Amino acid sequence: MKENGGKWEKFFKWINGETTIDSVILENSRKKRFAKRKLRHQKAKFIALRLKHSKRRIQEIICIIVAVVFIGILLKTASELPTCGKPDNPVNNEVSERYLEKGVEETGSINLVSGMILDYRAFDTFGESCVLFTAVICVAMLLKRDKNNIDPIEDQELKEDEEIKNADGSLILKFVARLVIPFIFLYGIYVILNGHLSPGGGFSGGAIIGAGLMLYSTAYGQENTRRFFTYETFKKVSATCLLIYCFSKGYSFFTGGNHLKNIIPKGIPGNILSSGLILPLNICVGIIVACTMYGIYSFFTKGDI
Amino acid sequence: MILDYVLLIFLILCAIGTTITKNLLDAVIIFMAYSSVMAVIWALLQSPDLAITEAAVGAGVTGILFFITLKKIHSVKGTRD
Repeated sequence: MKENGGKWEKFFKWINGETTIDSVILENSRKKRFAKRKLRHQKAKFIALRLKHSKRRIQEIICIIVAVVFIGILLKTASELPTCGKPDNPVNNEVSERYLEKGVEETGSINLVSGMILDYRAFDTFGESCVLFTAVICVAMLLKRDKNNIDPIEDQELKEDEEIKNADGSLILKFVARLVIPFIFLYGIYVILNGHLSPGGGFSGGAIIGAGLMLYSTAYGQENTRRFFTYETFKKVSATCLLIYCFSKGYSFFTGGNHLKNIIPKGIPGNILSSGLILPLNICVGIIVACTMYGIYSFFTKGDI
Repeated sequence: MILDYVLLIFLILCAIGTTITKNLLDAVIIFMAYSSVMAVIWALLQSPDLAITEAAVGAGVTGILFFITLKKIHSVKGTRD
């Protein structure tokens, strides 16, 4: 008699009286039940997979339809635009004439460029700010290091970088940064606050402040920057500024060329507190741009703000 | 007038140099020089708004982002390996 008879093993055992028939039958039925359950599970899995496939299919079709509709709308709009470079286009006579002659009177800003981009064409700048914000959100989505995005090799590299930085001290960088950074911030704030009086404005000033933040972070490390600028502040400040901009100029999407009446008095053109909404909007745009620049930089270097 | 031509010729040289340089770090530095010259040209063309933005973004922020990217892909000599 074989010792290991495979499937006959249990039969022989039963013949030899080592096991009772009850336990064998019990085991067999348990096995059958298990097999049945497994089959049912596989079937369910298969159906779920097919459902998922069809869901993805529907999503793809919806995506294609949306894309085609948008392409159609854009092409239709582009075909209705006036021909480029014609001398009697409205851009070439009415618009620029109005801007040049009535710009200071209507917007109250000496710097006509600021008057255009933050008063006449404020919704363009709103779109720009949204684009920047979306860009930094995408960068955060891809590069932010949290529990789902951890790479041991990268951790090692970051630790080595930190050690190198602590070892040699980067004395020259720190000294120069201490000298230069206050002036960079001061100049950035000046450019933003004087956006309606002198060249510059929210975007340029924000870029300058962002560059200053980058320099500070490079020289003194991210721990020191975190004392006044964390991920929480970044989120809250940029979202708040975008919302303020949205609530103060978002109506342009519904009213078109018609402006709502401004509650804030325009003041005397040339004063620092003048030109109505342009100064607060400049500050908002500046903060958004500075946050975005520094955000992109720190997500690229350390993966966190 | 002469300054304009000198700057424009330097601008074109910088643009060509950026594309034909083999070393990526050199290309980024030449690109930053291009942006600085472009900022001066904007100022000469009486658009100081653009000059400030070009100097801050083109020569500053873009260059730094390029450097970080080069460091991330380990293509700057002397930082690692």
